Amino acid sequence: MKGELKELKLTVNGKSYEFKVKPKTLLVELLRNELKLTGAKIGCLDSACGACTVNVDGKAVRSCSVLALQANGRKVTTIEGVADGDKLHPIQEAMVEYGAIECGFCTPGMVMSARALLGENPAPSREEIREAIQGNLCADEGYVKYIEAIEIAAKKMRGGN
Amino acid sequence: MEETFGNFAIIGKPMPRVEARAKVTGQAKYAADIEVADMLWGFVKRSPYAHARILNIDASKAEKLPGVKAVTTGKDFGGFKWGWSGPTRDEEPLAVEKVRYQYEGVAAVAAISEDIAEEACDLIEIDYEPLPGVFDPFEAMKEGAPLVHDDRPGNITVEYHWSFGEVDKLLAESYLVQEDTFQTPRMAKGYLETPSAIAYWPDDDHVVYIGAKGSPYFPYRILSRCFNLPLSNVRIIQPTIGSDFGGTKNDMTPADFSVVMLAKKTGRPVKITTTQFDTLTTDLRRHPMWITMKTGVTKDGILTAIHTKIVSDGGAYTRMSPLTHYLTGICMGLPYHLPAFKHDVVCYFTNNPSSAAMRGHGIYHTAFARECQMDMIAEKLGMDRVEIRLKNLIKNPKPGEIYETVNKLHVATAGTEECLEKVRDAVNWKKRQDGYKAYGTGYASGTYLSGTNLSAHNACAAIIRVCEDGSVNYLTGATDVGQGSDTVMCAFVAEVLGITMKDIDIKRVDSAFTPVDPGSYGSRVTVLAGHAAINAAQDAKDQLLEVAAQQFGVKQAEVDIKDRLAFVKTEPSRNMPWERLVRIACYEAPGKVIIGRGYSTKGGVGHTLADFSRGVGDIGTNYSFTAQASEVEVDTETGVVKCTDNSVIAHDCGFPLNPPAVETQVQGGAYHQGVSAALYEEFKMDQGQTLNPNLVDYMRPRANEAPMSQVLHVVTNDPYGPFGAKEASEGSCCSAPPAVISAIYDATGVWIKDLPAQPEKVFRALKAKKEKKQKK
Repeated sequence: MKGELKELKLTVNGKSYEFKVKPKTLLVELLRNELKLTGAKIGCLDSACGACTVNVDGKAVRSCSVLALQANGRKVTTIEGVADGDKLHPIQEAMVEYGAIECGFCTPGMVMSARALLGENPAPSREEIREAIQGNLCADEGYVKYIEAIEIAAKKMRGGN
Repeated sequence: MEETFGNFAIIGKPMPRVEARAKVTGQAKYAADIEVADMLWGFVKRSPYAHARILNIDASKAEKLPGVKAVTTGKDFGGFKWGWSGPTRDEEPLAVEKVRYQYEGVAAVAAISEDIAEEACDLIEIDYEPLPGVFDPFEAMKEGAPLVHDDRPGNITVEYHWSFGEVDKLLAESYLVQEDTFQTPRMAKGYLETPSAIAYWPDDDHVVYIGAKGSPYFPYRILSRCFNLPLSNVRIIQPTIGSDFGGTKNDMTPADFSVVMLAKKTGRPVKITTTQFDTLTTDLRRHPMWITMKTGVTKDGILTAIHTKIVSDGGAYTRMSPLTHYLTGICMGLPYHLPAFKHDVVCYFTNNPSSAAMRGHGIYHTAFARECQMDMIAEKLGMDRVEIRLKNLIKNPKPGEIYETVNKLHVATAGTEECLEKVRDAVNWKKRQDGYKAYGTGYASGTYLSGTNLSAHNACAAIIRVCEDGSVNYLTGATDVGQGSDTVMCAFVAEVLGITMKDIDIKRVDSAFTPVDPGSYGSRVTVLAGHAAINAAQDAKDQLLEVAAQQFGVKQAEVDIKDRLAFVKTEPSRNMPWERLVRIACYEAPGKVIIGRGYSTKGGVGHTLADFSRGVGDIGTNYSFTAQASEVEVDTETGVVKCTDNSVIAHDCGFPLNPPAVETQVQGGAYHQGVSAALYEEFKMDQGQTLNPNLVDYMRPRANEAPMSQVLHVVTNDPYGPFGAKEASEGSCCSAPPAVISAIYDATGVWIKDLPAQPEKVFRALKAKKEKKQKK
């Protein structure tokens, strides 16, 4: 088995890492088991719930559905790398202040999908927000305040109040 | 948007949740995120058969696999059986003689990695004798049907037959009697966080269990009995919980028993994390029910009587079915004045996964049937749908008065009339057709109990520890599974003590230190555990006021604490900061340790105990009321239905303690477990096998179709609730399905009486209607 290990270099939350991994290792397994970044949750392993969403080169990616090796040479951001020290990202801040978070299991994935959206499209319509987070299942909150919190964050990031 | 209520320092105003920052930064630890030193991984071996006798289990090959540390089977538990109550203990931790549903646990392995544990499970050889099974209650009730439990003739899990008033006579005399059969679907609870648990034994007679349980004192009691340990030696530690909704995260699973047994055998910590496949194939589900309802009315549309006959699928084991089926009938009339009703409900064992409690528990089934019939009756009488409801609603009792239902439920506040009027006034959209898209609106009103009162294990308490620097620890046995109760508890404590939210640190449950609590179910936490919090805070405050009175040289009744300042009420300039007061109390010789304690005493006065066999008594401490209007868009070509953003829900939660939390609870209850039952979710089964055990084929509601429901608060200040509060979320979970189904009827003229209204069903119903019309 050891002979099958492959070399992997990637950046996670601004830090460079080198690993030797089994080719079958999923990105979410690398993050959770090796780096102990447990913010990305495992909900389904089917790419259906979005709880494991991270950003790879700025795009929202289901970390349960890509191999760790597919992130070779790329920049990965997880929920642990979104805030600037103690200062929450505007998306995080809006979700906290606006009361969007309930059980919180889907929250990291929801933030990462929203972050990728606002990175590409600073002024999304409500329909575009819904489209961007439709792969993120929530179990209890109803989505209304998540959608509204992302609208508030987008406005704030554009320099509005 | 920033609506506030009442005249309090903290409660009634929007407040961010106390744990939101940990959740939004990924720091919150759920059970699957936790590792402990020297930990082994476990895996459960499950039965491929839905009904089979276990002839032999040979684990020798598994035991020899390198890396395997222990194997356990049902025999290790020495005949232990468990269940929801003494008489219903019909389930073994791991099946010993026979399996009763597909993927029931039969053995488990602990190994140095999850892969090895899984591989070892494949090496366990089990000889089964497959048995004929029963897969729906109509098969189960037949004479000569295979028995799920040999000692339960007729496969009956539980049945109730209640009668209040002269129902047959009243129905015979009614101007109109509406009779229909409705069906509610087999549903998952819907949590994304699959159950996970770690257990270890610090020594031979102490066990520690860390797991995703919304009611941690269930495993506390069950593990105590199972492993013959005093309760004092069972330590349940609670991580963050990723939703619950009743059922599996209240109760135990084969994996829960297995981690504890494997940890005992190996002397090392063992962790088992189940998969979404395990969750969707084996976790407890919502009961599917077939509800035949006869409703009588006068010529003016006044309800005379209701007779309900329900057949229900309880699955393989009893679990919480006695409570579920009691709840299907207990609020039959509410929110209406109903002079008489009869309720005949029978739940059957089948070889399907077990059914149990779920958000809107019990009441959701009959509320769906009754609300659809209200519309049907209104149409036949030529009445407006809102008008017929308003005519029948009970009026909000005057302060000091109590409304008593025919089955002796006591209601002190009922804001349904205000809810329904607010909803009616808010609807500013019209029925319309746009090409092949038809739009219609449905209305529903409803009720749910809060602060559920059960005869055993109902007690709960709270402890306040005031630290010498003025910070405060709040200890509760109650669990926030996402509903926001931790925040509300902290708000109660801060409000009563006269300090701020930042001063309070709430501890998660650790049964070694926190006081016992029944758990998160029956919308009981805010109402009952909340009352304990208030009493504990008051107790701590009284101790501090005594010190303040001594310092000011006045009587205790003359001092108070507000805004972190202790002061003489008649002379507020004589004051001292909170920190100073605490420091004096703690340091002045001989020094006090300020510990406040409190119990919940709500529901004791004027209430009677719930009696399952007769259907009487107060299951709720108080009752919430809801009215809802939902618009749907029906694609008449394809049968695809979606909710539009035209959606308004008015909810009487007594008093909105944290208004945004009430809103997300109401929106979430309506969409995730209400609209989903109406439009999306259903397990497809074949001979006990779940055909859609993944979140692609099993449709959960998503953001792209989420109605942007507007929530309107109705304040009634219930005397039995803490600061007047009642539940939020289970009410809208019950009003959403009938509102959506009624909206489909309004748009298209077809009633979908068997949920969910998935496209094929709607398409066929529209086609049948068209063909019928053409024949005419």
